[in-house]
Amino acid sequence: MPSGTQPVFSYPEALRDVTTHYCPGCTHGVIHRMVAEVLDELGVRQRTVGVSPVGCAVLSYNYFAADMQEASHGRAPAVATGIKRARPDLVVFTYQGDGDLASIGMSEIMHCANRGEKITVVFVNNAIYGMTGGQMAPTTMPGQITTTSPLGRDVSLVGEPIRMAEILSTLHTPGFVARGAVHRPLESVKTKDLLRRAFTYQVEGRCFSLVEILSTCPTNWGLPPHEACEWVEKTMVPYYPLGVFKTPDGGDRAPRPL
Amino acid sequence: MQHDMIIAGFGGQGALLIGKMLAYAGMHQGKEVSWLPSYGPEMRGGTANCTVVISDKPVGSPVIKSPRALLALNLPSLDKFEDSVRPGGVILVNTSLVNRPVRRTDLRVVSVAANDIANSLGNPRGANMVALGAFVGATGVVDLREVEALVRDTFARKPALVEVNLKALHAGFEAAGEQVKEAAVTPGSAGPNTAAE
Amino acid sequence: MAKKLMKGCEAIGEAAIRAGCKLFFGYPITPQNEIPEYLSHRLPQVGGTFVQAESEVGASNMIYGAAGAGERVFTSSSSPGISLMQEAVSYLAGAELPVVIVNIMRAGPGLGGILPSQADYFQATKGGGHGDFNTLVLAPWSVQEAADLVADAFDLADYYRNPVYVLGDGLIGQMMEPVEFREDRKPLKDLAAKTWASTGWKGDRPRAVINSLYLDADTLEQHNRDLQAKYATIRRDEVRWQGYGLDGDYDVLIVAYGTVARVCLTAMEELREQGIKAAILRPISLYPFPYDAVRQASARARAVLVVELSAGQMIQDVQLAVAETRPIHFHGRTGGNLVSPDEAAAKVREVLDGRSQEVRNA
Repeated sequence: MPSGTQPVFSYPEALRDVTTHYCPGCTHGVIHRMVAEVLDELGVRQRTVGVSPVGCAVLSYNYFAADMQEASHGRAPAVATGIKRARPDLVVFTYQGDGDLASIGMSEIMHCANRGEKITVVFVNNAIYGMTGGQMAPTTMPGQITTTSPLGRDVSLVGEPIRMAEILSTLHTPGFVARGAVHRPLESVKTKDLLRRAFTYQVEGRCFSLVEILSTCPTNWGLPPHEACEWVEKTMVPYYPLGVFKTPDGGDRAPRPL
Repeated sequence: MQHDMIIAGFGGQGALLIGKMLAYAGMHQGKEVSWLPSYGPEMRGGTANCTVVISDKPVGSPVIKSPRALLALNLPSLDKFEDSVRPGGVILVNTSLVNRPVRRTDLRVVSVAANDIANSLGNPRGANMVALGAFVGATGVVDLREVEALVRDTFARKPALVEVNLKALHAGFEAAGEQVKEAAVTPGSAGPNTAAE
Repeated sequence: MAKKLMKGCEAIGEAAIRAGCKLFFGYPITPQNEIPEYLSHRLPQVGGTFVQAESEVGASNMIYGAAGAGERVFTSSSSPGISLMQEAVSYLAGAELPVVIVNIMRAGPGLGGILPSQADYFQATKGGGHGDFNTLVLAPWSVQEAADLVADAFDLADYYRNPVYVLGDGLIGQMMEPVEFREDRKPLKDLAAKTWASTGWKGDRPRAVINSLYLDADTLEQHNRDLQAKYATIRRDEVRWQGYGLDGDYDVLIVAYGTVARVCLTAMEELREQGIKAAILRPISLYPFPYDAVRQASARARAVLVVELSAGQMIQDVQLAVAETRPIHFHGRTGGNLVSPDEAAAKVREVLDGRSQEVRNA
């Protein structure tokens, strides 16, 4: 690099220089990178412990350049609770998908948030079970075809998709709950800001924090990546509104985006 | 030598506390002890009870089906455990709340009206201490002085209660002691509850 | 420190604190509620942390996280709650995390009852969760031994990086006995620093990944081989048992563990006064099971009697040890009923005078 120049873009220290297993067009990679950048920017990578889920991000312990723990399906918030209570000086985050967090792990996330555990949850909602091959998730959209809802999600039989950010924002315990997306560059920029706020609340010892991130699954949705991004905008965003739902100092109930 | 006993009464009568104090006193005398609260099928039937073993050697079974002594603080307790006491053992009956005689004749019966004695001392809540004192007097399972020390420890923060409870303890001890003395001069009566192992 | 009269549950909690455990995650269930209750007021006094989890599923995964962060941690529960923890126990064993799990057993199956039982022997000693794994299992017969074994359990867990169960029946939890915590207790083993723990990666050691996932068959098989080698060491080095009356002559060898062994000891003493010779072998470690000791002791008896608060679980290990060289008899109570000394003594007499039927296919 010529002297006097400043790097404007580089590989995050908190992300290992390895090839991921994610499918082409999947936005997990974008979200990984944003989490890693935030850890770098806050200077906390060396005291961070991440918790990987069961789901597409199951191998994320191979991708973050930090100490990691692999949890059983849905239990990442409980595992993170154990780590944080054992070592409050550590920065602890979980990285979970919609099946992991909103289905099998509903109990763990609700109580972790309600206890106000000072951890950060990165909740990736792509409206489908990816790793197991495209089955219906609790966040699958009405009418959406999956391998276990071959005629489309029938809400009269399985109910409407679960809006986790909204549910969590009803808890009286102070916390930071927000929803972002990564289907457009501008949304990614905003989402990274949400992640930075979430981790900052933890670093400051303030509260539990969760950022739900609408993500794509071109493979299991059966869409080319650019159409998958459009599907997020047209189908998911109207049902899963983007914004900040709850802040520790913004009152205890904020059912609508602020 | 092993002393084993069941202490039984209504919840709130202090059966578990009496048992604990006996166990503590035994331990302070250098004995091996165990205290087992009603836990198991014997819980049924409206009594709270505990089994206490005080022994010179490590306690074997903490579960005693046939105790050498029974403190029956109320009628259901007597109904339930009367038949289980070992021949030659002791049953101490709180006659304030037991309105029938003990049917067994192959053991020694000591009767003390614990609640009445406590009432007469102006300390109705001290009935458990009267019963404890009477049990020690009737069985000799532990040294009364150890129990006195426990009472002093237990109420150390409320000195006013030490004296009234010691008074209740002594009243019970003496009430039972008189009957034990009477029994001792009766030929053929069972001796103190100290069967050898 | 002087002897103190304590409930088994409280002694277990205090022993854990004295073993350097400052973290407890648990969920209420009878008959072990005195453990979390005791710790909820004791742990804050010593700068520790008590968390009442949302479920046993939550609690067992919290101890995973805390153990993975390198701290001593334990949980306690009773049978149905331990069943809920089995998922985590498999993960803990797979990720080789040192934790102590206390199970104050109650009668099952299903909700069963809240009364004492020893019917979780299979669950504790034969794995319980999925996959090939084993946990050390220690079974106390007194409050003092419960406290001592809890302390040992933490050392063994750390040394082998493996979950360790302390398996007590309901009596152990509810009974009060004198207990002494020795200030001069030395660790059982030389314990290495936990350099494998996830405590933040500063580049001065390999990155710590607490994990049981191995997608490559050969890698996973090697992991299994390593685990099995560890279990073989445990089976060689960690067998614990005690004998009573094994030095003299005896006709019947009683095999019993936990408080049942104490009941049998009283029965044995009463029988000896009547000239009937029985002896007792009490396994203290249920995994590893004292196969050699049982085999050797049974060789000097005419018959073996297994007594359990179950329909017959440990009897299978006794059968493996005795290998059909002696007739094996069984006396068990279920539902929360206890074995009394008279009952055990009567069974010994039945064994000797031919009125008891031997068990062949337990």
